[in-house]
Order: sequence, then structure tokens, then C-alpha cells
Amino acid sequence: MFAYIVRRILYAFPILIGVNIITFLLFFVVNSPDDMARMHLGQKRVTPEAIEKWKAEKGYDKPLFVNAQAEGAGKLTRTIFFEKSVRLFWFDFGAADDGRDISYEIGARMWPSLAIAIPSLLVGLACYITFALSLAFFRASYIDFLGVVACVAAMSISGLFYIIGGQYVISKLWNLVPISGYGDGLDTWRFVLLPAAIGVIGGIGGSTRLYRTIFLEEIGKDYVRTARAKGLSEPRVLFGHVLRNGLIPILTGVVVAIPALFIGSLVLESFFGIPGLGSYTIDAIEAQDFSVVRAMVFLGSVLYIVGLILTDISYTLADPRIRLQ
Amino acid sequence: MPFRPVILWTDALIFVLVASVVAFAWYVSRHEHLRTPWRKVAHSRYGMAAAVVLAIFVVIGLLDSLHFRQSLDTRQADGRTNYAVEVLSVFDLIAGHLRTMPERTYSAPLAVYAFAKETVTLPGGGEAREFPRLRHGGAHLKDPQSEHSSDVLQRVVAGLGVAAVSWILLTMLVAAALAHRHEVNFGAMLDALMQGRTAVPWRSMLITAGAILVVAGPVIVLSGHYHVLGTDKVGQDILYQTLKSIRTGLVIGTLTTLVMLPFAVLLGIMAGYFRGWIDDVISYVYTTLNSIPGVLLIAAAVLIAQAQMDKHQEMFETVAERADARLLVLCLILGVTSWTGLCRLLRGEALKLREMEYVQAARAFGVHDWQIMTRHLLPNVMHIVLITVVMDFSGLVLAEAVLSYVGVGVDPSMISFGTMINNARLELAREPMVWWSLASAFVFMFLLVLSANLFSDAVRDAFDPRLRTGWSLPAIFPRRSVTLAPAR
Repeated sequence: MFAYIVRRILYAFPILIGVNIITFLLFFVVNSPDDMARMHLGQKRVTPEAIEKWKAEKGYDKPLFVNAQAEGAGKLTRTIFFEKSVRLFWFDFGAADDGRDISYEIGARMWPSLAIAIPSLLVGLACYITFALSLAFFRASYIDFLGVVACVAAMSISGLFYIIGGQYVISKLWNLVPISGYGDGLDTWRFVLLPAAIGVIGGIGGSTRLYRTIFLEEIGKDYVRTARAKGLSEPRVLFGHVLRNGLIPILTGVVVAIPALFIGSLVLESFFGIPGLGSYTIDAIEAQDFSVVRAMVFLGSVLYIVGLILTDISYTLADPRIRLQ
Repeated sequence: MPFRPVILWTDALIFVLVASVVAFAWYVSRHEHLRTPWRKVAHSRYGMAAAVVLAIFVVIGLLDSLHFRQSLDTRQADGRTNYAVEVLSVFDLIAGHLRTMPERTYSAPLAVYAFAKETVTLPGGGEAREFPRLRHGGAHLKDPQSEHSSDVLQRVVAGLGVAAVSWILLTMLVAAALAHRHEVNFGAMLDALMQGRTAVPWRSMLITAGAILVVAGPVIVLSGHYHVLGTDKVGQDILYQTLKSIRTGLVIGTLTTLVMLPFAVLLGIMAGYFRGWIDDVISYVYTTLNSIPGVLLIAAAVLIAQAQMDKHQEMFETVAERADARLLVLCLILGVTSWTGLCRLLRGEALKLREMEYVQAARAFGVHDWQIMTRHLLPNVMHIVLITVVMDFSGLVLAEAVLSYVGVGVDPSMISFGTMINNARLELAREPMVWWSLASAFVFMFLLVLSANLFSDAVRDAFDPRLRTGWSLPAIFPRRSVTLAPAR
């Protein structure tokens, strides 16, 4: 098991290198630093001097891969590729266009993101499993049918509708919680409540339906028939047998998403004005601050790979029959 | 020539798509084993009802994909015709009155007066703050106070009349066609149709069509003289915008899959069939692409494409061509981020299939690898491809709205559900509230996605019986399917 994890971590490096090369190609080769400067300084009437000055300020005035003028190791290190891309590997993200340190920002903005994401993950999981299990309990009846109809209808509604509708009804009409913003200390829950609830509602259709399918698949298996033949009551069959076995695919499906919680939800955070990583990314996209976008791409990939490794580990913990080698 | 056809990139791809769908349908219709699952789709009631709605959306989208530029009256010195800068579509011609009835700013659905008070000069001199009459909405009314509601009511009744007549005609036409095909007499066929005894659920389809006609009839009759869904900030008709959004949604939902499909299928099958280093390389590529957060990759690619397009302005003759190029880029990059899932599925399936006896036998006979992949593996993974394509559609339509909100979706000048929602979301804060723009975008998007979801469930049920979607409940809703005996 330990050897497996070490190998998986080593395997992560080529992938991260690939991610780095893709982002580097996108941000520096397709879109040259000159283009970037022109974009920031305005499209028209930009003097070459102004472009040079902007590039020097941001450190984009070096060659892409090989610096022929530098000495020794400097040939490779004093290039854009090394300074902007390789440094990501030790999480040295550099500074954003407004001069702030990206690593510091990520550390500070992580918490609001988590404050929204963790409650909505836990509450959501509890809700979805409860609904799915009750639909499985009432399988092949009107309740089940109407439940599936409701799920498909909920799946077909745009997430933006839940956000805009929730903000309008709960915050504007009923004045229950603030429309947007974020506060520290005890007041936090008032700002967290609505976005987290909308996060739960947004996924209700798809997840409930998926979990229902998983539970129904378990119900069709032989061990469930055996349990019924022993004379166990239907609730005991459902909670004792079906739920426990159905949870294996559900939980492992959730584990892969846990690390990504740090990134937060882009749209949710920016609608509710929460100073998390999601809104940070959106602001960077709108301001065309590519160093922040690049840092977030790298961070996202790292977290995804961590999620994959955690999934594999959780498989062995949840189901002892699976062995990693 | 009074017009010059304009073939945008996405138009061309849509025509390619339509052609390949037609070719696929023709191929399927000639092979009984391929026809069987499709027959199952055709027998599903909710699936076919959804297909009726989808078909109407598709027709609107296709009409909106035939673009042209009208000629101008002025001629150049050398006798060449000048063409308008504005690119129109056949749909614009049909819905011409919607496009050419602009108001000054917001107006509520079916309104006669403007939404906001303006300072108007009174006929007898002097000024007053009041709600001015709209330029087009209800302009034919002499005294709106007393005539407005009765005029609207009359038109609604007229529209319902039109709807009823056309629905009866449609039913007769379907019954006549079916009677001819099954060689039964017309009355018996009509009976069977009304009682829902046909194998293909024609009754459900006709009821759906009836429901659409009941809404569409009054709307069409009203739209000549009113803004049925109101107007937006710049006074453009909302109904026109929502109908135009359909094409954008369809393009994103279909072209993205068209773009990604060849890569996903080829690479997935190759990885599973060859294994070894080819598998390693392909797995590496899709894991890498998959690990980049999708939204960020899309954002980066669209921003960069936008920058490149700004740099090469000269490449685009009209605004529409520019917006279209951005739409194409969006489809391409969405394709790049979404092919990995299908590729992984196909790899797994190919790994399983390559150990089957018939593949082993083919290899023992010395059949070329390429032939094994195309003749033995590809047909046996097609159901996975089909299910994925149909299921991806609704997700992509929803994704477009979110991406447009983030600012990396379609060009702001292109009408889409995303841009409509984005423009309208701040208007809820107004007093009184401007809700019609948002509501129409959400309702139309809901209808499109819901019908796509229902149809894809029918397809999935037919092609992969193992997966239960929960729709087929024989115990509750028994199907009375009676094959019609020919009347001799």
C-alpha cells in the first residue's frame, strides 16, 4: 500500500509537467508577452517603449526557453519558462498584476471558500442519500415515479436560476439573510447559509437520481434476497445491507471532489461576493491577470491528482476486497 | 442578386452534422439489428413527446443557420452590388416583424405604455411626466385604456382558433398517413390513434404538439402588434432574443460533441486495443487534460482567442463572423475538455472486448489491426458513444449560460441564453422589477434541456437496458400496444 502511494505520487510529476507545458504554451507562446502588454495597456497607440517597460516590470522581458546571454546555469534559469512555470512546482506563485503575493492571497481566501463548500458537501450528501434511499424504498410506485420526475426537472433547471431566484426570494423579499458579502466571527453563518443551501439544491436532481440507481442496483443483488429470505424487515435490509454497500461507490465518488473544495465554486462565490478562491479566479479572468489564472490552474491540477490518490486509498478502506499493488 | 449567402463556420459544421445524421439514419434503417433499439426509442411515450419539442427547437435552429446578406440599393461605380453589413438568417425573415419593432427601452409583456415615465410635451403646450405610448406595442389602439384587454383577448381567442384548426388538420394528416401505411381504413386508424393503441405513441406526440400549438397560436397572433414577452434595455423584443438563443444553445450542444468525437473514439479504442506504450501515452494525455480545471482551461483559451482575434481584425468582414469565430473556438475548447470522459469509457470497453472470442478469432485469421478496430470493436462500442453524445447535450447547454456569466462564453454581440441572463440579472434590483427577460431565458432553456434530458433517457433505456432510469414502470402505467391487423 505504501509503495503504491509513493508510486502514485511519483506518477503525478509527469502529469504536472504536462499541465505546466500546456499552460505555458497557452499563455506565452500562443499569446506572446507583447500581446499581453498590449492587452493591458490598451489596444491602440501603444509605443514600443511602453511595451518594453511593462514587460520589464512584470519580468516578461526574458527569452522563452534559453537565455543565450546569461552565464552557466543562468542560461536556463533566467528565462520566462523557468521563472514563471518551473517555480510553480515549489508553490512559488509570484505576484499578481496588482503586485500582491499570490501565495498569501490563496492562503487567506481559502477559508471563505471552505466555509461554503464543506457545509454544502456534508448537508448535500446527507440529503441526497436520504432522498435516494426513500425513493429506493418506494421503488416502482407513484412516489418513486414522481421523485424521478422531480429529479429530472431539477436537473434541467440552470444553476444560475437557483442562485438568482434564491437571492431574490430569500434576501430581497423576505430579508432573511444578506444578499451578498462576507463577515468574520460569529456573523459568518448569516453569509454562508444561502450560498451553501443553493449549493445543495443545485446538485439535488442529478445526485439523488444517481444514488437511487446505485441503491437499486444493490437491491437487485443476491445478498439482499438472502437477507429478505432470513425474514429481515425492509428497513433493516435497506439500512443494514443496501445502504452500507451502496455507500462504497458514493463515498469514493465524493472523495475525488474533496480537494477541489479549496477552489470553491466560481459562480456561487462571485454571485454572493464571497472573498474566496473562486471569486479570486473570476476576478483574475475578468482583469486578464494571467499569473493568477496560471497559479490556479496549477493548484487545481495538484488538488485533482491528490483527489485521485485519496479515491484509491478510500476504496481499500471502504472495501477490504480491493487491494492496491 | 438580391442577397448573398453567407456560410459561417458553425453553419458549415451544422450542415455536415445534419448530413451525417441523415447518412447514419439511412444506414440504420437498412440494418435490422441496428433498427431494434431505435424502435424501442420510438415506442417510448415520454421520449417521443420530448422528441417533438426537440424537433421544433431544431427546426428553428436550422432556419436560423441559413445566413445571408441583403443587397443595398446603392450600387458601386463598376456595377457591383453593395451588401448590407448585417448578416441575417432565414429565421430573421420569418420573424421579421419581431426584429424591426424596437422600442426605446424596457417595456413589460403585452404593454402599451412604456415602463418608465418620460417627460412629454402636451398637445396644448406645457410638459408632463407620464408613461408614453410605445412605438409599436399596441400602436394600433386608439384608446388603450378601454380597448387593450379586449383586443388582447380577441387575439388570444383567434390564436386558439388557429391552433385548434391546425391541430385537427395535423391529426387528420397523421391518421391518413398511418392508415395508408398500415392499410387500414381511416376511421379505424383514427380510433386507434385517439385511444393510444398505436405502437409508436402518436397520441402522446399529438398531445405534445397540441400543447405547443395552444401556446404558439396566440403568441404568433399577438406578436404582430405587441411585444409578447416585453422588451429589454435597448428595446429589443425578448421573444425574438429567446428564439435566436436556441441556435446558439444547439450549436454548443451538438458541435462540441462533433468536434471531440473522432478523437475520443479513435484514441479510446486504440488505447484499449493495443495496450502497452500506446495505452500509456494516451492515458497520460487524457489524465493531464482532465487534471486541468475545465473552467480555467476554457477561460484561458477563450481569452487568448479573443486577444488573437482583436489583433487580426481584418480577418472578419462582419460582426457576425467575428462572433461566430468565437463560438467555434468555444466549441473546440469545450470539446478538448470534455472528450476525456468518453475516451476513458471506450478504453475500458475495448480492453474487455479485445479478449472476446470473435476478436481473438479475427486476430488468428491475420486480420489487420485497423480492420479489427473498425469492423469488430467500433460497432460494439457505438451504443456507449451514442448514449454519451445524447447525454452531454443538456449539460453543454447549461454550461454555456454559466460560461457567458463568467465572461468567457459566447461573444457579447451574439444572442444566447447566457448573455440574456447576464444582461438581465441586475434588473431584478429595479423597482418595479424587470423580470420578463430573465424569466423567458430560463423558461426556454428549461424546455430545451428538459426535452433533451427526457429524450436522452429514452435513448439510454433502449441502448443500455442494464441502466434503469426509472421511467418505465409497467405496473403503474400499463402500455396497451396492439399491432394493427390489416383490414382485408
